Amino acid sequence: MTPRRRRLLLVIGILAGVGIAGVLALQAFRTNVMFFFDPTQVANGEAPAGERFRLGGMVEDGSVVRAPGSLEVRFVVTDFQRSVPVHYTGVLPDLFREGQGVVAHGRLGSDGVFTADEVLAKHDENYMPPEVSRSLKTPQPGTTAPPQG
Amino acid sequence: MDWTWFHRFGSPPHLYRLAGTLVPWFAWPAAILIAAGLYGGLVLAPPDYQQGDGFRIIYVHAPSAWLSLMAYTMMAVTAAIGLIWRMKAAHAVAASCAPVGAWFTVAALGTGMLWGKPMWGTYWAWDPRLTAELVLLFLYLGYIGLRSAIEDPQRADRASAVLAIVGVINVPIVRYSVEWWNSIHQAPSVMKFGKPSISWPMLTPLLIMFVGFTLLFAALVLVRVRAEILRRERQARWVTEMVTQ
Repeated sequence: MTPRRRRLLLVIGILAGVGIAGVLALQAFRTNVMFFFDPTQVANGEAPAGERFRLGGMVEDGSVVRAPGSLEVRFVVTDFQRSVPVHYTGVLPDLFREGQGVVAHGRLGSDGVFTADEVLAKHDENYMPPEVSRSLKTPQPGTTAPPQG
Repeated sequence: MDWTWFHRFGSPPHLYRLAGTLVPWFAWPAAILIAAGLYGGLVLAPPDYQQGDGFRIIYVHAPSAWLSLMAYTMMAVTAAIGLIWRMKAAHAVAASCAPVGAWFTVAALGTGMLWGKPMWGTYWAWDPRLTAELVLLFLYLGYIGLRSAIEDPQRADRASAVLAIVGVINVPIVRYSVEWWNSIHQAPSVMKFGKPSISWPMLTPLLIMFVGFTLLFAALVLVRVRAEILRRERQARWVTEMVTQ
């Protein structure tokens, strides 16, 4: 075996070793790497009970209720299988709205209501001008179903 | 197969001259494309239906993030070539990629934080994508630090090459983090299979910026490669001859 060949095998060996170690480590940490739990995971008891965790999902359409004269807001986070009611007092980010992704950080109470102390908006990967967004929502006559955004 | 073309790259005077010839061929198109892309992205492109004008930071953020990964991959590949074929010129290229890649990583993190505060509601979250990109910055800094800590250039080349190769595992982690795990960062809009999730009037300037930033990266690396070769070969006869001529 030439020295160059030995060095080539050494580099391949390093890559294979690091790759396998990386895959095993990420498998072991999988739940810890998760930034948030979705409502189905919460319903299955996968989220840590009594501890702070992040709840992520969509804000259910028509579920946002603001208390008049305060920053208090109630809404429902859903993944279209299960849903969790959320209670939050504070300033909401610009992108917070019904039908959009959201990540709430807080605790799940024994009454099943999630009390959040921080609410972040999760943006999706779709970018379009306002007029395109409007035309997607109102189906044009003569065309088939509008594409899903 | 004739490998002389490959070994010619290993000759420092050849690579020095080749890099010098190529710099303007990358730098000028980069300047024109970035100017055109910025005008298209900041002036011509329509505002987003939800983010308004705030989305325009994508025109700097996404190309920077792409180059932060591209630069690291190139650094690891050239370091491996240098390690396997004992090619000093390849190590010089790897060493030149590191600071440029590190600055693109800083740009990606910085623009992302500026966008994150109004849109997500926070500058920073310990999310898989954001954390992996921060680890990428530390890998660059570790590589640069390791090189400057070892006096002997050959030992510095070999030690830092191993670090670059080990760290390349982080590149797919950054790229696929948003698909493997729940993340606050959105999924890719452009760098994916299938139709881009961004409308054409917004996408065109973005693609121009991607090409412009990549050419800028190439030009910056070539300039650094020239400096790195001169620094390493300062005792060599061809450098003395070139300077005294």
